[in-house]
Amino acid sequence: MAERQVTFKDAVLEALAEEMRADPSVVLIGEDIGAAGGVFLQTKGLFEEFGASRVIDTPISESAIVGMAIGAAMTGLRPVVEIMFGDFITLGMDQLVNQAAKVRYMSAGGFTVPLVLRTAIGVGGNLGPQHSQSLHAWVAHVPGLKVVMPSNAADAKGLMKAAIRDGDPVVFFESRSSYNTKGPVSDGEHVVPIGKAAVTREGRNVSIVAVGAMVGVALQVAERLAGEDISVEVVDVRSLVPLDEGTILKSVKKTSRALVLDAGYAQFGVTGEIAALIAEQAFDWLDAPVMRLAAPNVPIPFSRTLEPLVIPSRDQAAAKVRELMGTR
Amino acid sequence: MTTNEKLTGDFGLSLYRGMVTIRAFEERVRSLSAAGQVPGLTHLYSGQEAVAVGVSSALQPDDAITSHHRGHGHCLASGADPVRLMAEILGRTAGYGLGRGGSMHILDPATRNLGTNGIVGGGVPLATGAALTAKTLHASWLAVAFFGDGAMNQGIVFECMNMAALWKLPVLYVCENNHYGEFTRIDDVTAGTLAGRAAVFGIPVAEIDGMDVLAVHAAAQDAVARAREGQGPSLLVCDTWRFSGHHAGDKQSYKDDAEAKNWAAKCPIETLGRRLVANKLADADSLSALRKTIEADIAAVAEQARAMPEPASASLEDHLHG
Ligand SMILES: Cc1ncc(C[n+]2csc(CCOP(=O)(O)OP(=O)(O)O)c2C)c(N)n1
Ligand SMILES: [Mg+2]
Repeated sequence: MAERQVTFKDAVLEALAEEMRADPSVVLIGEDIGAAGGVFLQTKGLFEEFGASRVIDTPISESAIVGMAIGAAMTGLRPVVEIMFGDFITLGMDQLVNQAAKVRYMSAGGFTVPLVLRTAIGVGGNLGPQHSQSLHAWVAHVPGLKVVMPSNAADAKGLMKAAIRDGDPVVFFESRSSYNTKGPVSDGEHVVPIGKAAVTREGRNVSIVAVGAMVGVALQVAERLAGEDISVEVVDVRSLVPLDEGTILKSVKKTSRALVLDAGYAQFGVTGEIAALIAEQAFDWLDAPVMRLAAPNVPIPFSRTLEPLVIPSRDQAAAKVRELMGTR
Repeated sequence: MTTNEKLTGDFGLSLYRGMVTIRAFEERVRSLSAAGQVPGLTHLYSGQEAVAVGVSSALQPDDAITSHHRGHGHCLASGADPVRLMAEILGRTAGYGLGRGGSMHILDPATRNLGTNGIVGGGVPLATGAALTAKTLHASWLAVAFFGDGAMNQGIVFECMNMAALWKLPVLYVCENNHYGEFTRIDDVTAGTLAGRAAVFGIPVAEIDGMDVLAVHAAAQDAVARAREGQGPSLLVCDTWRFSGHHAGDKQSYKDDAEAKNWAAKCPIETLGRRLVANKLADADSLSALRKTIEADIAAVAEQARAMPEPASASLEDHLHG
């Protein structure tokens, strides 16, 4: 099938437009997403095509936006709620944790919540401590929510389509730093199943298990280390919940060494969870302790000199891999 | 029935039956709880029956409701099966949530009940969102949120009222002011008025005697008509009183005896009964016989539910994801 080069942001936009055309119950709900087209122009053109009743501009009331979307999802709509910055999901947390996550379980499947919450996360542009966090571990902690985090344009489109069609609440994290990165997207129908990781690069010596924008870092590190005769396999986690344990474990059992890479905080976070999985279920295959690289445990600072220090870097990741290989 | 229509015997008796059923159910839960048969905490609706029954009798079967932690009355008034309701309250597998939800988490698609709710104010966004569905899909049904006076100090309620008023959503907000949130008097924690909270959004408010089922019904009829005509939300503030403690077993030492006695005299069931008798729509003996029959039915319901099995361990993860 023919492919086009599409930015991450436009790939999501394509998914939204296609699903809205196919299913009149899909609506978008969020701040500034209507005629303005979104603060990142991530909903550009949808208001013109689908009108105010399906691209719903809201007041700045995140708790109620999320809560109402749950009620709407229980009664026949498929809302895609947008929370402008991932930092603001905290305002909708009660709704996600205490309502959305539990409706199917508490009603024994009588009600479902086919809701997508999309939100832009990550460091970049000196937006400071309240507009830069990657809080995906918060929602991944709660049984009943699904959590996806695409790293490239094709997966962004395919996972958004799958999320909209899913019968459960799906939180869809988009790294702001990926928004304008182009990648190949195939023409025609493209759906990526939730709960499936991808081996993005095959290798023999070390597995880097990476999440979201960190997959790009992992691929660059793999390329660099190939020149040092270290063969790195890159696993793109894609879905945090459900986690594709099989693909991760298979890779680690093959390479016998693992680095887990995430832009969220290290403490009580995604890297620790995946490292524990590997330690518990692939211990006998390991030739070195599982390592992890994540954001240091500090608020994301504003200054141009401090901000880069909280993003896991290629140099740090390469150093960890060399350490795993005992070649440092 | 609107304010000016005449009360008929059939309708009056259906309201009476509805309220007595709730009372009998709640008193049965109370005795089961006292006997240690009810897991966890359960909040009884005795005293507030006129609100659930008065509002529900103004609704159509496809109208949606959300309820709160004191929610058995709303479930029954919306047509819940008392056996499945009791089974859930007792944590049995035949319950609405297979025994995983309990009293504060009863959801039933068949009666369009989006749930009792353990989060104070939690049902308000759900009902408002349901109303958004109705509006978006051009459906004729509406949504009702029942909540306590305590929920009127939750910010999300105002966020919802703002959007409901702005978008003229077909939603009816029903505040049951029983004057207490747990052990705290509402006046001690509330600036301004309950009615004023909706008025700022231009939402019409009716302040009604929540012990008078006919008054509640009439006000609900008006609000429902407004919502169906596309005129948007309304708020009913129903003045009421819980006859029992915050939860079954609470001794209510924080309540004033004289005040409690005064409210007891306003019992919504007695009040309607007297009115039916005065209007010659029923006689006292037949009402008392009806009460006895319903109490016996509910006792049988409780026995049936109690005999049901607890969920199997293997069901722990059922219905987590689709
Ligand atoms: C968000 C939240 N805060 C606190 C509680 C604990 N709690 C349960 S019921 C209740 C009082 C609620 O009062 P009100 O809304 O007036 O309802 P009532 O119990 O009087 O029917 C409180 C504080 C809770 N369940 N949820
Ligand atoms: Mg109260």
